[in-house]
Amino acid sequence: MTIRFDRKPGLVVYLTAGDPSLEGTRAIALAAIDAGADVIELGVPFSDPLADGPVIQRASERALARATHLADVLQLAREIRAERPAAGLVIFSYLNPILRYGLHKFADDAAGAGVDGVLATDMIVEEAGEYLAELARVGLAPIFLAAPTSPDERIEAIATHSKGFVYAISRTGITGTQQTLTGDAAALVARIRRWTTLPVAVGFGISNAEHVAQVAEFADAAVIGSAIVELVERSTAETAPGAVARFIKGLHLPQAALAR
Amino acid sequence: MASDILPAVPSESRPGRFGIYGGRYVPETLMAALLELEHEYDLAKADPAFQAELSDLLTNYAGRPTPLYFCKRLTEQLGGAKIYLKREDLLHTGAHKINNALGQGLLAKRMGKKRIIAETGAGQHGVATATVCALLGLECVVYMGDVDMERQELNVLRMRLLGAEVRGVSSGSKTLKDAISEAMRDWVTNVRTTYYLLGSALGAHPYPTMVRDFHRCISIEMKRQILEKEGRLPSAVIACVGGGSNAIGAFYEFIPDRQVRLIGVEAGGRGPALGDHAARFRGGAPGVLQGTFSYVLQDDNGQIALTHSVSAGLDYASIGPEHAALHDSGRAEYVVQDDAAALDAVVRLSRTEGILPAIESAHAVAEALSLAPTLPAHEILVVNLSGRGDKDMGILARELKL
Ligand SMILES: Cc1ncc(COP(=O)(O)O)c(C=O)c1O
Repeated sequence: MTIRFDRKPGLVVYLTAGDPSLEGTRAIALAAIDAGADVIELGVPFSDPLADGPVIQRASERALARATHLADVLQLAREIRAERPAAGLVIFSYLNPILRYGLHKFADDAAGAGVDGVLATDMIVEEAGEYLAELARVGLAPIFLAAPTSPDERIEAIATHSKGFVYAISRTGITGTQQTLTGDAAALVARIRRWTTLPVAVGFGISNAEHVAQVAEFADAAVIGSAIVELVERSTAETAPGAVARFIKGLHLPQAALAR
Repeated sequence: MASDILPAVPSESRPGRFGIYGGRYVPETLMAALLELEHEYDLAKADPAFQAELSDLLTNYAGRPTPLYFCKRLTEQLGGAKIYLKREDLLHTGAHKINNALGQGLLAKRMGKKRIIAETGAGQHGVATATVCALLGLECVVYMGDVDMERQELNVLRMRLLGAEVRGVSSGSKTLKDAISEAMRDWVTNVRTTYYLLGSALGAHPYPTMVRDFHRCISIEMKRQILEKEGRLPSAVIACVGGGSNAIGAFYEFIPDRQVRLIGVEAGGRGPALGDHAARFRGGAPGVLQGTFSYVLQDDNGQIALTHSVSAGLDYASIGPEHAALHDSGRAEYVVQDDAAALDAVVRLSRTEGILPAIESAHAVAEALSLAPTLPAHEILVVNLSGRGDKDMGILARELKL
């Protein structure tokens, strides 16, 4: 239970937890892992997802309408961990639900549930002193986002304080699918590598096999979020796991060196 | 070096902190822009040419200084403390918001940004921003919740006339909070070319400090004017608090004067239940919303609560971080006036003094109406009348059956 990419490119799958239901997310996550996802990011629904585009906004609304909260997401993580001991598991959240839960208790409970890492969208390195200390106390990996706009000294701090992997944002903007990848991503990954040997995953807008192949040329893993969340939206609870598995198979990832 | 970025010191001593509040909690993509803004603002602040241009516009375009007006009839009727009004309602565009819009507009121009985005609740900040963009020849996009577009329609029309594009926001509560989220999404996407002209003392550093600085003129003038008229400081300064810009501007110069009470008035809405008001200090808890750590109306799971106020400008789930610090230190007091009291105050001030206040500002007037009769006649209350009420005629016609 560590974050590891055994082939290139690895695959990180973001799911909004609780959409279509907690049970549904569990089934989709298991199917995604079996189809080749190395890491599952469980998105904690938030009332005001200001870094997200319409697809994840809608998924969050649906999950909140079913009263899905951080405690439920941690329980879901525990269940996924029990079923798939080797998969990477990351909690992806806005900061406020974590603060309200209590940073200390959150660290304990996330580690206790078998979570590997935490990504807080609106937590930047400068503000992260206590956050880093709490995650370190229980051995959780802090994963920070690096942006194309981040100057070198910020990239250095982000690379130095991340564990597990560094998340490179492919372009300026919010989450959501896009037609083509910009040149921003490759340049950003090259800058990140100056300061770390951690794997670098590229996310935001990665939506198809072509994008994944492009990312494979310069990064270690691709993160797919909105494209899969949208697929879940278009599917029923019964068909979603199969649809997500087929989507992942269609990315033509190389065979894993080690079965998960 | 990484160690230069990560604090070895407690966060209280970092820039942009007010006690434990404030800071910067934003997507990484915005950090470069916030750091650039902080740097450029520091340069502008120290540049006499920038200050001279701003000062000239504040005087000759916006109409500063605004009068400090003694409410003779109202004071007599209430039979207690003397009531003065700081007439920010007389400014060009009709509210204090123009002070900040001019300051940031000049800054954006200096930074070479040609596209301006803003959020607005009551529409006053949107109108002020659209006005400044027209004046400076800048493109302007204003985000506004659908609920607010409906209840402040006059201001929507004004913005359009001024050449701004008003984009309705239909997510969440369709009010100020959602307009800010949508403006931040735009900013994250277009950060290389766009200046975000935030309208209250909210958001990530340097906004709360910068917006406060641009409204400091309110308390600087207020202090000079009350000393001229009364030869002494007031007993209290009273201001309504949405995000907190007019209040922090009205309080700031009096913070060292411990004998002056600073009273912020939050919107009590239609009742004390979560969702029915915007009284952050009564129902909120510290948390992070839209870039800053402050008091936030939220549920037990950290989801942001819905809010209600008859005034769009006070209808917001969080409050500027400097107010959170002033609250916790006890230097300022925060009280609540509800929808009904604010509407009563609109009528009372209109019919006693011939001054129609914005419903936001009327919350501060309502506090003065209840406080003045409890105080002796030698005491002085200064109310910051942040805006005029023309924009509210639709709501007033309905609520008051005019
Ligand atoms: C007239 C007036 N007063 C007060 C406010 C509240 O904002 P703030 O608390 O930033 O002064 C607004 C906001 O729209 C307003 O239009």
